Amino acid sequence: MNNDTLIPYVGVVTDIRIDTPDVKTFRVEAPEGGKLFEHMPGQCAMLSIPGVGEAMFSITSSPTNKEFMEFSIKKCGCLTEWLHAMEVGQMITVRGPYGNAFPVETELKGKDLLFIAGGIGLAPLRSVINYVRDKRENYGDIQIIYGSRSKDDLVDYQEILNEWMTDDGVEVDLTIDNAQEGWDGHVGFVPNYVKELDPSINKTVLICGPPIMIKFTLAGLKELGFKETQVYTTMELRMKCGVGKCGRCNIGNKYVCKDGPVFRFDQLGELPDEY
Amino acid sequence: MLRISADKLDSLFEAIAAKQALYIPADREDGEAEYKKYVSGMKLTSRLNTLRSAKDFFFPQTEDIVEFRMDGKKIEVNDIRKECEDFVIFGVRACDARSFTILDKVYLVDPVDSFYKNRRDHGTVVTMACSRPAETCFCQTFGIDPTAPEGDCACWKAGNYYYFKANTEKGQVFIDSIAGLLEEGDTAELDSTVARTREIMKKLPLANLSTENFGGDKLNEYFNSDKWAELSESCLGCGTCTFVCPTCQCYDIKDFNTGNGIKRYRCWDSCMYSDFTKMAHGNPRLTQLERFRQRFMHKLVYFPANNNGEFGCVGCGRCLSKCPISMNIVKVMKALEDK
Repeated sequence: MNNDTLIPYVGVVTDIRIDTPDVKTFRVEAPEGGKLFEHMPGQCAMLSIPGVGEAMFSITSSPTNKEFMEFSIKKCGCLTEWLHAMEVGQMITVRGPYGNAFPVETELKGKDLLFIAGGIGLAPLRSVINYVRDKRENYGDIQIIYGSRSKDDLVDYQEILNEWMTDDGVEVDLTIDNAQEGWDGHVGFVPNYVKELDPSINKTVLICGPPIMIKFTLAGLKELGFKETQVYTTMELRMKCGVGKCGRCNIGNKYVCKDGPVFRFDQLGELPDEY
Repeated sequence: MLRISADKLDSLFEAIAAKQALYIPADREDGEAEYKKYVSGMKLTSRLNTLRSAKDFFFPQTEDIVEFRMDGKKIEVNDIRKECEDFVIFGVRACDARSFTILDKVYLVDPVDSFYKNRRDHGTVVTMACSRPAETCFCQTFGIDPTAPEGDCACWKAGNYYYFKANTEKGQVFIDSIAGLLEEGDTAELDSTVARTREIMKKLPLANLSTENFGGDKLNEYFNSDKWAELSESCLGCGTCTFVCPTCQCYDIKDFNTGNGIKRYRCWDSCMYSDFTKMAHGNPRLTQLERFRQRFMHKLVYFPANNNGEFGCVGCGRCLSKCPISMNIVKVMKALEDK
């Protein structure tokens, strides 16, 4: 019998980084070392602790990383509580990659890119950011606008400071919701910050974050003159199979697990407002 | 045409069951019919159709997928799939036979569902033409002819004979395997039975139900219809419609601790249930209106949009007779059309 996508691989957690009080980044490798499978930025994988549950997570590492995959996971439910309780060396099950990807080799190629993220919404975008940083010659300027509740809630903060901010042609604009000691950067919500920064409308936008942030940011981008065809996002819905069969993530005639999770806003506009 | 006299049906069943598992619709004590594994003496039901659809044969209500052995930090994955044994389902109605080709469009498209395909490959579907369709029947709405059912091999009961005709290669193999019991005979009685059935079909209460106002391009027309509120108002969210429906194919995946490892299985699920789309951060379908709308929009708009206009309903009428609040797809279609 052929392999079935519902039967997972086993992966080993080889490193755990504490990003924020409720986000950890897990490095996952095959038991014999190396990656379990290849993926493209924006694709997802089903992670599971057998007996606890299985859920879809975006692969936050870039495909250009040839050694391992990473998943940044926020503690917000039963499975994620268990994942956060893991120690290095723990095995989990992994299956994937699922879904489409950001069109890094087609529509995004040669473009100036604007990434806008809120909170854990940086996780799927980090894969794209590091991909385009590693293939710098294929893309124009990169601007990253990232906000979180507080300085402590900024995911990947050390990587942002030490790698992204030191790159030529990469502008990083950070903001936090409320002023706090030890923070001399911008304070305020992401949608307002985007409007303040007034980015060039020639940029192609990739956005991910809480639904409310996406909603207001998109409205602001439109005010600035951006068109829906310039803006991409990645969606989240409950999923079980990952291949468009179990029916759970069905919106209109699309299955988010298979036809998404990456959509352009003009494509999203054709779907029922049920996400 | 090849036929067998009705008094020899038992010997036909014996001959089939001697080679592989045979399932036939038989009576239950409560008066309903259900598919049962044939044993000597078992009789075909006289009821038109089974309470549950025939989808169980290919998409069972629960099915084990994989097992895990947990040992400290280690996990061992055991692929427990086995090649399934050949089997015959005898007496499938035209509506349920069509439902298999609808399920195929979900489970046999890339990536192929190996669990479904395994059963499909090993099952031979022998259909039974209808001669007394019920008031709840509306398979003709979906272009299904109950007097000429699909399936691997079709069978007709007319007068004192059962007639057989192969529709597929698998069906021909089946006929060849029972050829010794069949005889050639004229079809005069069969032709008149079919003609009589066609007359009955014209007079069925739902004979004029049409799909012309539905299809893949009707999203905007119906999604925001104000009819959904009234239609869904009394829906209990019990999921009965989903479970008796031959084309409903959503499933859940769950883990079970056997005390000796973890068994992962899938089971039928329903978009009518409140936790179907519930996530840690919220639920995009908060009320029964949205869940109810999803089920019917999927059958009447989304499925046809992805499948060349084919609808996700076969008109078997089970939901019409089983919904505890008497809501069903026919009422939904009529209400939506009535602008």
